[in-house]
Formats: sequence, C-alpha cells, structure tokens
Amino acid sequence: MLERALTGSGRYWRWILFLLAIIGVGFLVYLRQFKVGLGITGMSRDVSWGLYIGQFTFLVGVAASAVMLVLPYYLHNHKVFGKITILGEFLAVASVVMCMLFIFVDMGQPMRVMNVILHPTPNSVMFWDAVVLSGYLLLNIVVGWTILGAESKGVAPQKWVKPVIILSIIWAPSIHTVTAFLYSGLPGRHFWLSAVMAARFLASAFSAGPALLIILCLILRKTTKFDAGREAIQSLGKIVTYFMITNVFLLGLEVFTAFYSNIPGHMHPFQYLFAGIEGHGKLVPLMWASGLFAVVSVIMLVIPSVRAKEGALAFASALVFLSLWIDKGFGLIVGGFVPNPFEKVTEYWPTWPEVIITLAVWAVGFLVLTVLYKVAVSVKEEVA
Amino acid sequence: MSMDRRQFIKIAGISTVLGFGGTLGLSKLKDSWASEMLQSPEALNAKHWAMVIDVKKLTSEEHYDKAISACHRAHNVPNIGNPKEEVKWLWKETYEHAFPGMEQEYMPEGIKHKPFLLLCNHCENPPCVRVCPTKATFKRESDGIVMQDMHRCIGCRFCMAACPFGARSFNWRDPRPFIKEQDENKEFPTRTKGVVEKCTFCYERLAKGEMPACVEAVKDTKALVFGDLSDPNSEVRKILSTHYSIRRKPELGTQPSVYYLIGGEENA
Ligand code: SF4
Ligand code: SF4
Repeated sequence: MLERALTGSGRYWRWILFLLAIIGVGFLVYLRQFKVGLGITGMSRDVSWGLYIGQFTFLVGVAASAVMLVLPYYLHNHKVFGKITILGEFLAVASVVMCMLFIFVDMGQPMRVMNVILHPTPNSVMFWDAVVLSGYLLLNIVVGWTILGAESKGVAPQKWVKPVIILSIIWAPSIHTVTAFLYSGLPGRHFWLSAVMAARFLASAFSAGPALLIILCLILRKTTKFDAGREAIQSLGKIVTYFMITNVFLLGLEVFTAFYSNIPGHMHPFQYLFAGIEGHGKLVPLMWASGLFAVVSVIMLVIPSVRAKEGALAFASALVFLSLWIDKGFGLIVGGFVPNPFEKVTEYWPTWPEVIITLAVWAVGFLVLTVLYKVAVSVKEEVA
Repeated sequence: MSMDRRQFIKIAGISTVLGFGGTLGLSKLKDSWASEMLQSPEALNAKHWAMVIDVKKLTSEEHYDKAISACHRAHNVPNIGNPKEEVKWLWKETYEHAFPGMEQEYMPEGIKHKPFLLLCNHCENPPCVRVCPTKATFKRESDGIVMQDMHRCIGCRFCMAACPFGARSFNWRDPRPFIKEQDENKEFPTRTKGVVEKCTFCYERLAKGEMPACVEAVKDTKALVFGDLSDPNSEVRKILSTHYSIRRKPELGTQPSVYYLIGGEENA
C-alpha cells in the first residue's frame, strides 16, 4: 500500500521536499549537539529539562487522543467517525514517533539508549513509559494498517483486529498517565507533585489532539477529495469543548490548592510563570497568552452557534492547540524547575540549535503523518 | 571473580534480561563485585556511612575552600566557570538557601548568613535511585552510599529532577578541558560529556582506609565527622545523641545521611 505515497501532485512533493529540507538542517545541527553535548541548549544545572521534554510530554497527549475517535466509533457505534478513525490512529503513530525522537535528542549519551532495555528497571517510571509508548506505537500501526488494507481490498477487516482495537482503547490513557507519573511522583518539585496531574494531562490531551484533527480534516478537505464530513467535525468540536473546559477546571484546582493553602513552595512556580519572581519573568507573556487563548477558545466553543461555523471552530481549535502547547509543551516543564531546590531563580530559554532540532523533529512527525495520510486518503478516494 | 567491569556488567545485564538476575540479584552481584575489586585489608567499613557537619567550627573562608578544593581535586571536578553548566560535588550555600522554609526573620544573624557545606545527602530513601531507568544510580546495600556508574548513565537527567537537594550535576559538555593539568588526579577517572555526577562519599578512599577528602582537609577543625550510623559507639552517633542536629528537607522523607549542628556547643 505504501506505493501510494510515491505518486502525488506537485504540491504534495513540494511539501515533502520542504519537510526534508528542515529535517536535513536539523540533522546537521543535531550532529553538532552530538559532538559538543547538550551544552548548546538553553538547559542548565537548575533547569535540566526544557523544550525537548516539553514537546515529548505534549505529544504523548496528542498520541493518546486517538482514542477519542476510536472509542466512540467502536464502543458506542458512533458512525460518523467511521471515516476518520484511521486519521486518529495515524496521528497517534506520527506523535509517538516524535515522542521517541524527542527523548532521543534529549539524551546526554544517545549511544547508550539500549541500556534502558538491557537493564530493565521496574522501579523507574521511565522504563514503563518506554514500554507503554512502544506498545502503543505498535498497536496503532497494526490496527491502522490492517483496517486500511482491508478497506483497499474492499473486504471486512479480519476478526482478530477487534480485540486489538479494544486493547488500544484501554492502552491509550495509560501512555499519558504513565507520562504524568514521570513528574507527579517527585519529591520537592511542588509544581508537579499533584494528584490531578494525570487527570489534567488526559484532559489537555483529549482537547489538543482532537483540535489538531479538526484542523487536519479541514486541510484534507481543501487539498484532497477526502471529506471527513461536517458531522464528524462537529462531533470532534464537542469533544474539544468538553475536555478543554475540564482542563481549565483542573488547572483552577491547582491554583486554588496552591494559593488558598498559602504554602510558599506551591505558590512559587505559579508566581514565576504568571508574574515573575525578583525580576525574572521570561515566561510571563507566554503564560498569559496561553491563558487568554484558553478563555477565548472556551467562550467560542461553548456557544453552539459559533461552534457550528466551521471557520470559527477551526480558529477556536487553533487557540486550544496553541494554549495547550504553551502550557504543557513549555510552562509545565520549566515551572517544575523554577525556583530551584535552593529557592533561587535560574531562567531557561531555548537556544537556536535547540529550536532548530525541535522543528526538525516536528518535521519528521509531519513527514510520517503526510505519508500515512496520503496512503489513507488514496485508498479512500479509490474505493469511494 | 576474575572478570573486568565491562564483562561483569554485560553478564549482569544479560542475566537480568533472561530473568535470572532481578533487581535484587543484580545489586547484590554488583556489591560483591565492588567489594572484591576494591576491598583491601585496611578498608574502612560501615553499615551506614553518615556525616555530621558542625557549622560553628568552620570559622574561616579558608576552611571551606580547603574542603571544597580537596574534594574537587580528588575527583577531577571541572571548573567550568559558568553557573549554568557548573559541576559541583561540595559547595557552600547560606542557611536560607540550604534550608528553604526553615528560615525566619529574627534568627541569629550569625546563622542566617553562615555558609553551610552542601553535598549529596546519601539519602536512605533516595529518589534519584528510584527514578533511574538504567540502575546507573544505585545504593550500595553494604554501606548505604549512593553510587553513580558513569559508564551506564544515559544522561536522561531524571535523577536531577528527582533529587530535591540539587546535589547532581550534569556534564553539559566534555569536562576535561576544564580540569587544570597540574590539578588532575590520575587515579580517579574523568567523566565524559552527557553523564550525571555527584559526591560519592569518597568510596575510593574508604576502600583504601582513608577518610573522605573533605574530612581529611579540615581535620584540625573537627568540623566534619564521618562514621557509621548503625554503630551505637561511633563518633557520629555520640554526637547526634548529645547535640541537636538538623537535616535538609526532612519532610520529604528521603532520610538524608548528612546532619548539621548549628549550635556548636554541647547542650545535651
Ligand atoms: S541528595 Fe539527591 S542525589 Fe544524593 S542521595 Fe539524596 S536524592 Fe540522591
Ligand atoms: S541521568 Fe544517568 S544516573 Fe541519572 S537517571 Fe538518567 S541514567 Fe540514571
């Protein structure tokens, strides 16, 4: 089936070349990082994780969100998602690939990556994260590919796929829960030491992922003959609405707990992120932008007549995506490290090499996504 | 056991994969390897190494400098000169930063601005060990020292996020150019870029029957006392049972093995 990715319009190829160019530049910069070390990033002794791990955290959510299509379709027989579950599954594949690459580029000794497998350490959450992520990647490739293969032959998918799909539905929340546990089980990091962390992760995932899917569906409708259908897009819009509200609510719980308890350690990260501490406030404008995007998007989404307009829905979805990208892909990680264990502030800001490598990993993700979507859409166009 | 370290690690790794090792087996093997390799008749032994730091006895800048430079020279700790990429095993910090949350406005000036020597606490419940995905950070069951295997560390820095005491440093680049040649201790390995490091209670000196380098450096002050916490007759136990001592962030339950005396005088 993969051969379908090898034929395409001029625009398709220009897009592929564009992605390849970014990947190429990023690869060169990565070689430099490989040679010099992570010192070329903005990370430091005090803020020892940054943009890379933030992207990883955010994208695990995007990956997990595939379940928001698969579950209603297979468990509740929500027919309108029939056409697009494959898009969710392939988005999950691309996201997990990005997650793995972000972990890889963040490692100080990437040549030793196999140590995690050679010395399995059940007490380390990172071990379990590796297990659930690779499992999820496999599940989505198998399910997506098999169903698409059946579709292209015009036959019903094999019987064994159904239990695998059910497994993938159960599996999806686990990848984001385990990722949340990477943070929420650490002593002394007050910002992360929160029981609602996993719940918040899932809520933000189930809004950011479907928001991205809405945008992708609209792009596909413009650029190909594939149309997800108005109803499916509106259904996705509802999912984004519910979970975005849940996400804002959970964030509110964190703020209340920190400030009503008045415990300094719990308040400091919020103060740093939203007001700055002792004149250090590099993230303040970003965090307020994230807050503003969240509020505006929620208002737009809860008004049915606004949500019903596809243009407005797309705009609100973009706001949701951006808001959560800032919150989870950046603020959450940095906020966990500032102030440091000595109640001192060391600021973090990504360097250019770091940004370029990050963009390149995203480009790899988009490349995987484009190729998979190209195959999926070609199959659907043929059978249609 | 007549195999080298690499071989040992390989076999330990493979046997774990095959299910022979298990967490317990591996750490036991590793301990026996360590003791066989390093044990000499004059080695100092303890079931639980601990340090007591009597802050009042460190009366001059020179004391601090002596202790810190002895440690850093003994272990080839690079002097990077850039706080963001700093590597440090032993360093000083004022009370309010060493014990955040325990400071208050009206405390004695002498203590408020007094530097405290900080290092890895060799916690009894070390979160850094709990999170490490490769067992590169592990606690020696034989004596409680929290160790670091530089050859196994993948540089994920999970342990840095987990340590609530900021005790770990990462080699953001190759540290070797930052070690002055005349200062280099040829008997202790230098690190590569991309691995995490920290104080190891001078396990290599203990094995030769020597006290930790910092303790040795300020011996005349008697400010640093190192000994076996599990032995009721040890000096550390005697001091702790007759003096009021504090530990960093006790509320987190990591059970640090480094104790601080802030009173100085006997007040038991
Ligand atoms: S002080 Fe930090 S590095 Fe040392 S044992 Fe405790 S948690 Fe680990
Ligand atoms: S950085 Fe090294 S020592 Fe620290 S958790 Fe990762 S592998 Fe273990």
